[in-house]
Amino acid sequence: MDHTDQPPDRSRDLSQPLENLSPAEAVKAGSRHLRGTIAEGLDDPLTGAIPGDAPQLLKFHGIYQQDDRDLRDERRQQKLEPAYEFMVRLRLPGGICQTWQWLRLDELAGRYGNGTLRLTTRQTFQFHGILKKDLKRTLQAINDALLDTRGTCGDVNRGVLCSPYPVPFHWRLQALAKEVSDHLAPRTRAYHEIWLDEQPVAGGEEEPIYGPTYLPRKFKIVFAVPPLNDVDVYAQDLGFIAIAHGENLEGFDVSVGGGMGRTDKEPGTYPRLADVIGFCPPREVVRVAEAVVGIQRDYGDRVDRRHARFKYTLDDRGLDWFKAELERRLGGPLEAPRPYRFTSNCDPIGWTSGPDGASHYTLFVENGRVQDAMLAGLREIARIHGGDFRLTPNQNLIIAYIAPEQRPWISSLLAEYGLDRRPSLLRQNAIACVALPTCGLAMAESERYLPGLIGKLETLMAECGLGDEPITVRMSGCPNGCSRPYVAEIGFSGRGPGRYNVYLGGGFHGQRLNCLFLENVGEARILAALTPILRRYGAERRAGERFGDFAIRAGYVREIRAGREFNG
Amino acid sequence: MPLTPEHAGQLDALVATLSPEEALWISGYLASFAKHAARPLPGTGRPLLLILYGSETGHAAGLARQAEEKAAARNLAVRNLDMADFRPQELQGIRQLMVLASTHGDGDPPQAAADFYDFVRSRKAPRLEGTKFAVLGLGDSSYERFCQTGKDLDQRLEALGAERIHRRADCDVDYEGPAEAWLDAVLEAFARETPAAEAAAARPAPAVVAESRQYGVNRPFPAAVLENHLLNGRGSDKETRHIELSLAGSGFAWEPGDSLGVMAENDPALVQELLALLHLKPEEPVPGGEADMPLAEGLARRYEITTLTPGFIAQYGEAAGAEALRALAAPGRQADLRRYMAGRQVIDVVSEFPAGGLGAQAFAAMLRPLQPRLYSLASSPAAYPDEAHLTVALVRYHSHRRQRRGVTSGYLAGRPASDDSRIPVHVSPNRLFRLPQDGSVPIIMVGAGTGVAPFRAFLQDREARGAPGHNWLFFGERRFRTDFLYQTEWQRLHRDGRLTRMDVAFSRDQEDKIYVQHRLLERGRDIYAWLEEGARFYVCGDASHMAPDVHGALVAIVAREGGMSPERAEEYLKRLQKDKRYLRDVY
Repeated sequence: MDHTDQPPDRSRDLSQPLENLSPAEAVKAGSRHLRGTIAEGLDDPLTGAIPGDAPQLLKFHGIYQQDDRDLRDERRQQKLEPAYEFMVRLRLPGGICQTWQWLRLDELAGRYGNGTLRLTTRQTFQFHGILKKDLKRTLQAINDALLDTRGTCGDVNRGVLCSPYPVPFHWRLQALAKEVSDHLAPRTRAYHEIWLDEQPVAGGEEEPIYGPTYLPRKFKIVFAVPPLNDVDVYAQDLGFIAIAHGENLEGFDVSVGGGMGRTDKEPGTYPRLADVIGFCPPREVVRVAEAVVGIQRDYGDRVDRRHARFKYTLDDRGLDWFKAELERRLGGPLEAPRPYRFTSNCDPIGWTSGPDGASHYTLFVENGRVQDAMLAGLREIARIHGGDFRLTPNQNLIIAYIAPEQRPWISSLLAEYGLDRRPSLLRQNAIACVALPTCGLAMAESERYLPGLIGKLETLMAECGLGDEPITVRMSGCPNGCSRPYVAEIGFSGRGPGRYNVYLGGGFHGQRLNCLFLENVGEARILAALTPILRRYGAERRAGERFGDFAIRAGYVREIRAGREFNG
Repeated sequence: MPLTPEHAGQLDALVATLSPEEALWISGYLASFAKHAARPLPGTGRPLLLILYGSETGHAAGLARQAEEKAAARNLAVRNLDMADFRPQELQGIRQLMVLASTHGDGDPPQAAADFYDFVRSRKAPRLEGTKFAVLGLGDSSYERFCQTGKDLDQRLEALGAERIHRRADCDVDYEGPAEAWLDAVLEAFARETPAAEAAAARPAPAVVAESRQYGVNRPFPAAVLENHLLNGRGSDKETRHIELSLAGSGFAWEPGDSLGVMAENDPALVQELLALLHLKPEEPVPGGEADMPLAEGLARRYEITTLTPGFIAQYGEAAGAEALRALAAPGRQADLRRYMAGRQVIDVVSEFPAGGLGAQAFAAMLRPLQPRLYSLASSPAAYPDEAHLTVALVRYHSHRRQRRGVTSGYLAGRPASDDSRIPVHVSPNRLFRLPQDGSVPIIMVGAGTGVAPFRAFLQDREARGAPGHNWLFFGERRFRTDFLYQTEWQRLHRDGRLTRMDVAFSRDQEDKIYVQHRLLERGRDIYAWLEEGARFYVCGDASHMAPDVHGALVAIVAREGGMSPERAEEYLKRLQKDKRYLRDVY
């Protein structure tokens, strides 16, 4: 579609009066820059929740109001309100965490949270199970650890991803990731007043980038370093793909319009992979990011939140319109994109070392949940480790920059706490979102269920003569797709208790969407259907042929070339 | 309620011709008729169409709004109600009922509809003869149990005696067209019902007539258990139960503030242990009121077999030839006797000093009759006419190497809702702990733990009667998350404005223990202002610590806010007590 010769349709965007827009827009507009009634709600002694519209605003502060869904029914009978608790998500651009910060967060998880640290697909930490009475103390302790939670949920730019592997120019990417994250974080003083008890500052309260209603929906930015697509750049609203010549970072190819979220039975919603539209030098990155965010702020759909992500703005108005608008805002066009090549989106688990003599250990963390022996072992390692910790977009952890003289110590601690075991490649590459019991959106289990299902698939693969073959498996408890399931070779999205949609045919390094294979089925159907496919894959695959590619070639699913084809 | 002379004359004429059985039947008939009388809209005479919706994602709510508009356009009297806001009284007298119900997940009702769904399917659901209904289900046909909630409700309403006025529709995700057609057809059917045609159709079934002998403390009423739920959340160290009993047919009259006497049975294991230790035969006869009863039954239901008395020590000591017991029972040894009895029960004495050859009658003669235990009624008859709700804390403790349970609380805890178990109960009035006659008088209520029970009845009563007075509740327990008894009910009452203020104290949620008296002191200025405006002050709960601490706080508040000496403040409170404005029910 080419709309460049006619004025764009403005009937669903920022230009409309609030009463024509989604109710969420009015809540934002009336919130006095994200204050709303959060402070009053914190003081309400009759409920463990924060009543009214405030939970929507809390998200912008990095806090989700949730409840333990396992207890919902029994508490209803007990005439108790749901067991409200809060999830707190940190802002950690690029996923780098100093060891002293790790120790503080570990302690905090034990004191106020549920005793676990959850590493996420956005390279950050989540605390689960924080009670209202402890919320303020938790945020103050996070602040004392020189960290914050601003803008990690809500309709703003979320945490910025950056491939954490120590390539020579990694520090430049990391600095840019942080700069973009800081630049696009909400500027309101509400955070400091509500959580840190700071006094209001007179005058000049504004959001120079976002304005009073922020973005129509969330917005996600990543920095990728080929050949590793660990950040899943095609699944993101805005991507910067590093183009380097040896150790020299030349700049970035810019990709736009990726996104996973969809809604069941709403054919107008679909996952979409990003398009690469040009190249920009490092000094232009922040300007480009602000301009792209600005276009989405001004033109994104604010009537229907299910249709409000940037990917729909692009598809509705056309890529040419977008490029022209971006050129207008930047005062010139982007350069032509340069070639790059991805080969995988998986983490290399285990030891690696760089030319500088330092070693790095990528620790497999099943579904990102750090608890029990792993938490204890990492506590010991954090006490002696001279380098840093890096959270990966695959929910794993890199113990980075281990000095040669420390390697034996860390190696023996890994062994002592059982952290040196290497699971199958299938398990290594599997990702589940949190889902039940805490996530309010979940319709089916994910984190608590996927490990068992992987075990069954491992057995099945052995029977099919597939051995230790990497296949990407991702599961989300709902269609929103936090685990990025729609680019997996085998993807699952939850439909109801014990029931999932099954998708096949995703690209091994995230370059192709998968396609719906089975709808709303339970485990028995899933295993029965996958058995013959895996058996044929074992027998008939071509050299180097990935499972996702095979599923298409063998005709199990069709190839999805664009998001709009996803719903058939 | 006075009758007109004309009606009185007609009634006298009728009564004169009746046999006693007929008179009794008519009294039940009329009572039932009054209870089930339709509730027309004031001034219209039109029957009310109740639209009840249970929505998860808002589709059912949207349809309900649509139905309401369509009904209003047809000049029907209509009320649109979210199942989340449903209370059992809403169904009373409803003749026209439209139910719009989504199904969630794998055939479950939406969260907001769960309470209604459970209620309708429970044994507490009212008979619905005279109600016409229609159900529309919303769902997603890709699920096996498609529209299950709608199907369940449809079936259940029919089973309760309601008449289906139009067949159920099961709508899929593309529900808009079929749903609208269904709404039109159903509303058309309701509209055809004229008020004149109804009077005959809505004749209620005669109520079951009570037996002629009155129930009371000497003849407890066998009450069916309707509900028996734990109120404490997981992880609590308390076990407080909410128990609902049916008093239908008991003929009891009661008011908020009254108590229910519960006649428990002793723990059967304890009975067996006593019989074994004393080598007594279970079938030996012992006095059992009007006639003898077997010993085992007597020990279970008639005799107090836990609490020790000095009399028991003395008599058992003689019978068992236990020198130590005889010595303890001797004059001048009261202090030693008390020390020995502390934490011990009958079973401890019997096992410590086994008595061979003791006869059943002799043993029974040493025991006191088992007494009913009183619990404050936690419900108002204005809100729940045929039910008694109790808030029962299970008493559990360890002493002298034995785990013990309170006789009555343990008995009640082990009586789940079922058709065949009955609890013997009677109503015990408490005229000293009543709501003011004048519904506009403000009240302050202080209840810790199960002491909050009568205040639940108070608020139900004031709500049911539309009493305009302000209500302020102080509640204390251990932990907010698990021990906030009746939390969701207080929240609703607070949201509705009925519960004007509520303050809570959870002693174990922080380092320093905070109790209700601390909250009272924090609110001293307002409490004194309420008292000066004529408020009544109620305290219910623990007599040994809470009540004196609350009294101390009141003295401090009155002295501080009223600028009085402590002595004057005490006089002020004495005067309140004399005027029946400072009332306590402590135990």
